[in-house]
Amino acid sequence: MSKALLYDATLCIGCKRCEEACAAQNQLPYNDTVAAEEKQSEHKFTIVMTKGDKFMRRLCMSCQDPTCASVCPVGALTKTPAGPVTYDANKCMGCRYCMIACPFSVPKYEWNKLAPKVRKCTMCANRIAAGKPTACAEICPTGATKFGDRDALIAEAQQRIRDNPGNYVNHIYGLTEVGGTSVLLLSSVPFGEFGYHDDLSQDPLPMLTYRVLSRIPDFVALGGVLLGGVWWITHRREEVAAAEGRGPKAVGERSDGRKQ
Amino acid sequence: MKIKFSFWKLLFLFLMATGLWATIIRYSEGLGASTHLNDQFPWGIWIGFDVLCGVMLAAGGFTLTAAVHIFNIRQMHSIVRPTVLTAFLGYLLVCVALMYDLGKPYNIWHPLIMRNPHSVMFEVAYCVMLYTAVLALEFSPIVLERFHLRKPLRVIRAILIPLVICGVILSTLHQSSLGSLYLITPEKLYPLWYSPLLPVFFFLSAIAVGLAMTIFESTMSAKYFSGQLELAILQELGRVLVVVLAVYGVLRFEDLFDRGALELSLQPGYETYLFWLEILLSLILPLILLLQRKVRTSAGGLYLSSVLVVLGFIANRMNVSITGFERSAGSHYFPKWTELSVTGAIIAGGFALFGLAVKYLPIFPQERRMVEPQIEGSAEPLTAAVLNHAGD
Ligand code: SF4
Ligand code: SF4
Repeated sequence: MSKALLYDATLCIGCKRCEEACAAQNQLPYNDTVAAEEKQSEHKFTIVMTKGDKFMRRLCMSCQDPTCASVCPVGALTKTPAGPVTYDANKCMGCRYCMIACPFSVPKYEWNKLAPKVRKCTMCANRIAAGKPTACAEICPTGATKFGDRDALIAEAQQRIRDNPGNYVNHIYGLTEVGGTSVLLLSSVPFGEFGYHDDLSQDPLPMLTYRVLSRIPDFVALGGVLLGGVWWITHRREEVAAAEGRGPKAVGERSDGRKQ
Repeated sequence: MKIKFSFWKLLFLFLMATGLWATIIRYSEGLGASTHLNDQFPWGIWIGFDVLCGVMLAAGGFTLTAAVHIFNIRQMHSIVRPTVLTAFLGYLLVCVALMYDLGKPYNIWHPLIMRNPHSVMFEVAYCVMLYTAVLALEFSPIVLERFHLRKPLRVIRAILIPLVICGVILSTLHQSSLGSLYLITPEKLYPLWYSPLLPVFFFLSAIAVGLAMTIFESTMSAKYFSGQLELAILQELGRVLVVVLAVYGVLRFEDLFDRGALELSLQPGYETYLFWLEILLSLILPLILLLQRKVRTSAGGLYLSSVLVVLGFIANRMNVSITGFERSAGSHYFPKWTELSVTGAIIAGGFALFGLAVKYLPIFPQERRMVEPQIEGSAEPLTAAVLNHAGD
């Protein structure tokens, strides 16, 4: 059963305790300076953004078909059946293609280390494996961040919109974005105001490259036969010419092309 | 001449010294201290120029071996060796650049055992690896010949055609895959450059640049190394170049039109200016020049046009990899001096290696003539003559 997080911005009070719990869980420093940073970074995996009295969280969306995992040449990023997208620093070679490719620009890099790692929220994969909710959901005092089964949370989000249509934008962000994500968002203001793309494709992005990549075997076979065929034709003419005694010998001609 | 020579030598030493300094910073302090890269801009000129342009500039290798060995266009035979040499050096230097850019360069071999065939980067890694090996083999006869090693020469000669075919397929695959790398960023790459046809554009432009580089190199080599220019060949290349550019141009603008991005090219702005600079250099000027008989048949005209094409497509690669991302990243990127000097040192190293190879190996026809008599005097004149040119 795939787990998910539902963040309902209308319930959020901006206390940033999820930030603090996240930092503790991932052994990252947390103090007033870090709390004031409204930017995800290698030392801050989740942020609570504030705009007047509106709030919005940002964290790895734990996509259902994650772009980052599909582009990683060495498979350092993996979507686990439980939902989280995990990272294996020992495999990573630091090409940073995951950073380029992630549609939410989530992965961050340890630019100032000599053995840098990609850093991002991994949805507390080890906690989930142990049957616990994520650290951020556990600490949330208002239930704005809720942990549960994805299907159940989707139903609940739909119910909340139905019950209180005036309170929400009629959109569950993450339901279909890039094929669906394990983080679902509800908000009373358009998601674009907090920098979420409103126009993301409904199809998983990995399809874009897979469509091309899946043609490679055909291409290799066809290309090989085609090029071999062209070679056979172009050199056949030469053999015929040589056999009929026209022109120089094929071998001599080959080896002496520069005399042409 | 003497002053000029020492100027180049000084420049070379300067580039190497600053490159060394930058290298020390890169490996002792990391990417943060040695680049202007950051979370908004994870790829800079080491990827955009050294890798994307490096691979593109090496495209002459597969274009020409295909023309000569597969399509049997024998007039171009004499420039195969310098072109294969350039391609081989190009790929080696791309690998060097990767050692700077990868966060953990010592893990560069990981794709060998940790495979993710869904990743374009994985495909690029494999193709670059395999194609560098193919180029090494295509280049090896020149070295073997130099040391009169006939047995291995015979082996290479026997597998030459399959080798060339492998090379052409691998090149086609990864020249286009470098474009496919960006297929995954529809919401980030500016619409003047993002296109589902990116792989096709990268492939076609690689051929155009391959041709232009062949013209450029032949002219340069004639001037500095062998002293004679095979104008007839270059004129033919010029014609092919016109056709490739025209096909590319039509596709490129059709695609912009179909995606409704053509209007964007008329809105004044940073991207628009760089877009038109790219189009001017890569398409408009070279086509205007090469469509005139006078220009197309003169060595100078061909040289100028090929330089424009090369510059134009360098601009294209930089636009795709850097300019096109600045808006979505919300920041500008300009390389740090260390990034520039590593790039400078890599280029200087490439030129130096080319010069050394030309000096000590039978790369150009003249040098070959000097080696030939010894071999032709051997017991099997015909075989020897064949072997002599194996792998050309
Ligand atoms: S949001 Fe980005 S980093 Fe997180 S799973 Fe999706 S693609 Fe990967
Ligand atoms: S930086 Fe590491 S995790 Fe990201 S794509 Fe490259 S190898 Fe994979």
